[in-house]
Amino acid sequence: MTCLDIIADYGLRSIGIGERLLPRKDFTLCHQITLIGSGMIWNIYFGTLALLGGFFFSMVLALGKASEHPLLRRTCNWFIFIFRGSPLFIQFFFAYFAFVSLKGTFSIFTSFTSAWLGALIVLFCNTAAYSAEIFYGALKAIPRGDIDAADAYGLSRWSRFKKIIWPTMLRLGWPAYTNEAIFLFHATTLVYFSAFPTWQQRGDALYYARYFADKTFNPFVPYPILAGYFIILTLIVIWIFGLMNQRLNRHLPQDRRISLKLRLNLIR
Amino acid sequence: MEELKRFLIFSFCSEPETLGNLQWLSCYLTTIKHSELYKSVFVVLLLLAITAPVSLMFGFGGAMAARSRIWVINGFGRLYIAIVRGVPDIAFFMFFVIALDQALEWLRHHTLCPDWSDAIWQGNDFVVCPEAKMPLSAASQWVHNSYSFALAILTFSIVFGAFAANVLFGAMRAVPGAQIETADAYGMTRRQTFWRIIVPQMWVYALPGLSNLWMILIKATPLLFLLGIEDIVYWARELGGSKTAKFTSYPHGDLRMWYFLALLVFYLAFTRISEIVLDRLMARLTFGQAITGGDSQRAGKT
Repeated sequence: MTCLDIIADYGLRSIGIGERLLPRKDFTLCHQITLIGSGMIWNIYFGTLALLGGFFFSMVLALGKASEHPLLRRTCNWFIFIFRGSPLFIQFFFAYFAFVSLKGTFSIFTSFTSAWLGALIVLFCNTAAYSAEIFYGALKAIPRGDIDAADAYGLSRWSRFKKIIWPTMLRLGWPAYTNEAIFLFHATTLVYFSAFPTWQQRGDALYYARYFADKTFNPFVPYPILAGYFIILTLIVIWIFGLMNQRLNRHLPQDRRISLKLRLNLIR
Repeated sequence: MEELKRFLIFSFCSEPETLGNLQWLSCYLTTIKHSELYKSVFVVLLLLAITAPVSLMFGFGGAMAARSRIWVINGFGRLYIAIVRGVPDIAFFMFFVIALDQALEWLRHHTLCPDWSDAIWQGNDFVVCPEAKMPLSAASQWVHNSYSFALAILTFSIVFGAFAANVLFGAMRAVPGAQIETADAYGMTRRQTFWRIIVPQMWVYALPGLSNLWMILIKATPLLFLLGIEDIVYWARELGGSKTAKFTSYPHGDLRMWYFLALLVFYLAFTRISEIVLDRLMARLTFGQAITGGDSQRAGKT
């Protein structure tokens, strides 16, 4: 069996295409690389969708936190505190069991108990809360002069926000937001690790890495492969976010541009 | 039945079937099994209490190594910081515990039974001689428990030590250059400058990073579950699952949601308290320092 056959059989295994049974013996390096790589599909799925949705929600939260309306401000503060102040791991557990209980009474919640929707919602809220804190900080860091200048030009509130405040907020918050994005991709490994069950052994990269480590009693192969995949993913994220960062900074002279500075975190 | 044993005695608990809601709950929450859950909360606190200082020590060592002028030590310090920070989160935890365990057994195997002829890695199995097993298979349960707890502490400390090393390394460099030049002018050696000038002054620069780490450490404690310890997550799942009247005097449906809600509240409260304490500590440390925080404190006072 050549490596190409293995890729054809297991390359899309994590989404249910290809061989039904996982390999049980004679694990080659090719098996491990292919299956763990196939699991990365889920990590990318969770990371990308949560990030895209969370980006817009975080804007709402950040603006709500900065708002003068006390009820709105307090609600946003609480939301952010709840998701930033507790472990993601516990959030997954709580959400899963809450969805399971709700499923008993309302049948709409049936699909919420599977990872593709339930875990995505938790990740979405979580990243929205973390990003909101970042963008709130950026909002507070906008130079007063910029806003004074906009007022001097007689911009209306809405166009002042659209043309001055929002782009500056994005620009100032972008390096921290890049870290948040990387961090979120790392956090997607927790999904199948916590409560959410894998269906027909369709798991993420860590799920398969753990499978191989359990079967071979040798963690020194699957985990470094997993780490390798994540390093590549991280580099891609840095590259894409770096392009956006360049675009956000394009009006500034070289020496005033903000460069991305990587600061990885461990656990959320 | 076993559940009738309890660690807190209420007189009305002898016949749980007849009780009203509130009394039922107070009886239910004081069974022996629940004391395991409360114990595991203390295990979390114990883990934090041990890991925080140990990883601070590791971090201090790492930061000192990364500052060293001997290239071997310097390289080691920088490698330690870089590797642990580069690898995605929990994969490290998974990997490290098995790797540490195997490394210990491998070392013991080579010292304790040098004339063992079979290979250690037999295909997919890792086999060492019985004397080298960690802990020995004949050892009692508490030895097994404390061994895995010690491994967990070591793993946490190594990982968080790397993060602390990074924070402290930055803080050491943030001490104003003028201070160090003054120390040089007084003829202090490098060692004296380090211990008398840099170390006492670096904490105010390190504290924001360290308090951030502390928050992350709190939120990392549920990972004990992954390291095979019967921790709060384990007990919440165990106790919350639905029980029928056949096995317990307190039959109930699926309560896991409520157990995890309690854990969520526990963590939120813990985070909030830490935030308040760390803010106070920061105010104490900035007092009288020549940085913006210290200046604004002075401006507020006078």
